[in-house]
Amino acid sequence: MNVFVNLGATTLHKLQAIGNASLMLWGALFAVPRLKNIPLTIYQIYVLGVQSLLIIIVSGLFIGMVMALQGYTILVNYGAEGSLGPMVALSLLRELGPVVTALLFAGRAGSALTAEIGLMKATEQLSSLEMMAVDPLRRVIAPRFWAGMISMPMLAIIFSAVGILGGHVVGVDWLGVDAGSYWSIMQATVEWEADVLNGVIKSVVFGLVVLWIALYKGYSAIPTSEGISKATTETVVVSSLTILGLDFVLTALMFGVN
Amino acid sequence: MTSRKTELLVGIFVAITIAATLLLALQVANKGVSGSSETYTVFAKFDNIGGLKARSSVKVGGVVVGRVSRIYLDDKELIPVVQMEISMDYINTFPETSSVSILTAGLLGEQYVGLQPGFIFPGEDPIFLEQDSFVVDTKSALVLEDLIGQFLFSRDSSS
Amino acid sequence: MTLYLEQQCSQIHHNKEVNSLMSDTLVDIQNMSFSRAERVIYNDISLQVQKGKITAVMGPSGIGKTTLLKIIGGQLSPQSGSVVFAGENIHTVSRKRLYEVRRKMSMLFQSGALFTNISVFDNVAFPLREHTKLSESIIHTVVMLKLEAVGLRGAADLMPSELSGGMARRAALARAIALDPELIMYDEPFAGQDPISMGVLVTLIKQLNRALDLTSIVVTHDVTEVLEIADYAYILAEKSIIGEGTPAQIKASKSELVQQFLQGNADGPVPFHFPAPSLADALLGKSTQDSASNSTAKSEGGR
Repeated sequence: MNVFVNLGATTLHKLQAIGNASLMLWGALFAVPRLKNIPLTIYQIYVLGVQSLLIIIVSGLFIGMVMALQGYTILVNYGAEGSLGPMVALSLLRELGPVVTALLFAGRAGSALTAEIGLMKATEQLSSLEMMAVDPLRRVIAPRFWAGMISMPMLAIIFSAVGILGGHVVGVDWLGVDAGSYWSIMQATVEWEADVLNGVIKSVVFGLVVLWIALYKGYSAIPTSEGISKATTETVVVSSLTILGLDFVLTALMFGVN
Repeated sequence: MTSRKTELLVGIFVAITIAATLLLALQVANKGVSGSSETYTVFAKFDNIGGLKARSSVKVGGVVVGRVSRIYLDDKELIPVVQMEISMDYINTFPETSSVSILTAGLLGEQYVGLQPGFIFPGEDPIFLEQDSFVVDTKSALVLEDLIGQFLFSRDSSS
Repeated sequence: MTLYLEQQCSQIHHNKEVNSLMSDTLVDIQNMSFSRAERVIYNDISLQVQKGKITAVMGPSGIGKTTLLKIIGGQLSPQSGSVVFAGENIHTVSRKRLYEVRRKMSMLFQSGALFTNISVFDNVAFPLREHTKLSESIIHTVVMLKLEAVGLRGAADLMPSELSGGMARRAALARAIALDPELIMYDEPFAGQDPISMGVLVTLIKQLNRALDLTSIVVTHDVTEVLEIADYAYILAEKSIIGEGTPAQIKASKSELVQQFLQGNADGPVPFHFPAPSLADALLGKSTQDSASNSTAKSEGGR
């Protein structure tokens, strides 16, 4: 009996949390936007986007290079090493680009957001904003949300592009795949709408999810040191799992067999 | 809070993104050709489409001139119909007498539609394939089972 | 700049005239009950804060004094009763109106709650930049004046992390008076301060109250300090008000609880010991059930 009671209680609790999170998102996004907050948003793009560039570029480069290495060893058995180009490109554009970027983003930027907002809550900065008749949702949450939504697809595109270049370096310069066929077969196979844009759509959806989770966890964190560390870990774990689950759903929708 | 340095770096971030996007657009997906939105529709009926799929290419002598947009079963005759979008660059180029066949790229490669332009009699006004035309001369895909059957049959008859 | 000051002076005088026609109560709480997650914090309390006076709210730790300030500010809603500020019921007005009303009140949090990513100057300038369209040069002058009033004009360019606790509180105070509010609420302003800082804060609160024609609510448990400056005081304990009056009246109160609080006695109506089984049983390692049966056996058998 106890199991069911607990299950019911947990479910209700989670539903309440989702409702709370939706209210927070609504309040942050759909209030009338103020031009005054644009400098704040730009600063947040710097914090979330620019400062993630290094990890994204390095990861993209190495993943592209590893893919080319691994792909070559398998394709060469079928005499199909010319297809290395489209293999690297499609894997990155459709899957690895959006997903790995989102995971890295959740780990780096997401956790930082949760910790920052949780700390602002703990030191009563959010309360004092409210008492000064400034809506903390519009002033603190919204700029970070929009900055992240802008940064995520940008980072994903950079990841894929750098990965493809990395694949070129390993495949063409090192392993001897023909440069011409690397690019031309890729061009013949990769499609703008179907592959590149779908990948971008994925990264936008992942960005929304990561930011929503990170901001809400920070906003609703218990204002103690354990509370904040718990919220930060939860952001990374929940975001990562949601990204992977959503990836499956989106892939089935976009690339699935009709 | 927003210093010059911050704005500069954000600007660089945006510039890198645009460069990456251009790389993807031009080098990787070659948007120039395949993304062309001006096309006209041509239909062809086949006995067997083999492994042909939507988005397979339509090539003339190896040059991509269009894409397969839809494959469906004609509800009256119950045979497959392939709907193709040919680039407007080639409007009024292929005569009605052109033939289409389903070929395979390489030994294990993807299947595509090969278009063989028909003969144009000099001195005659040719009728070209245009929007919603049907290509009459079609050769279906090679089905492996039929080939094997033919081979066995011919062996049988020869021995 | 003189225009701004003139506007402020005329605003104050205008307010005085209007308000002298209205009642002198700035904050009127009637029959308010508030509970949080099954725990009752306030049970049907009523208190009034007079305009232009310093009202102290005292009580033991953990009684929910900060909660009271949050209720007055509209951040929390009571389950029943009304909270009226300057003639408006805080919890029934629209969100937009609530934000407008909040400009007339400000709160000084226990930790100061300065925004850690901007300098002291930008912190004090924040409400001015948010709610007024004054030019930067006027804002600069106003900020400097406010910092001068709390004695921190020289620290304007420091970051909050570089300030001591007492200085951070004074900087937060400068920010709280930036828009010349009608009401300031101080949440435990004296907690953990050395005697000099304490003295500075006490003086500041009194001076600002008089100079800026403010109304102040000071929530604290530093009895001696606050009774020096308060015009009226409430003592909260056990979910209700157990004593109120002028400092002289409070000191003469006959209530045991009030006297324990004022004298700072370790034991009295608020017990020293948290409820626990008797010490003898705890030392002997017996459970409460064992000790209950043992004590009945012992009392029956006689010792």
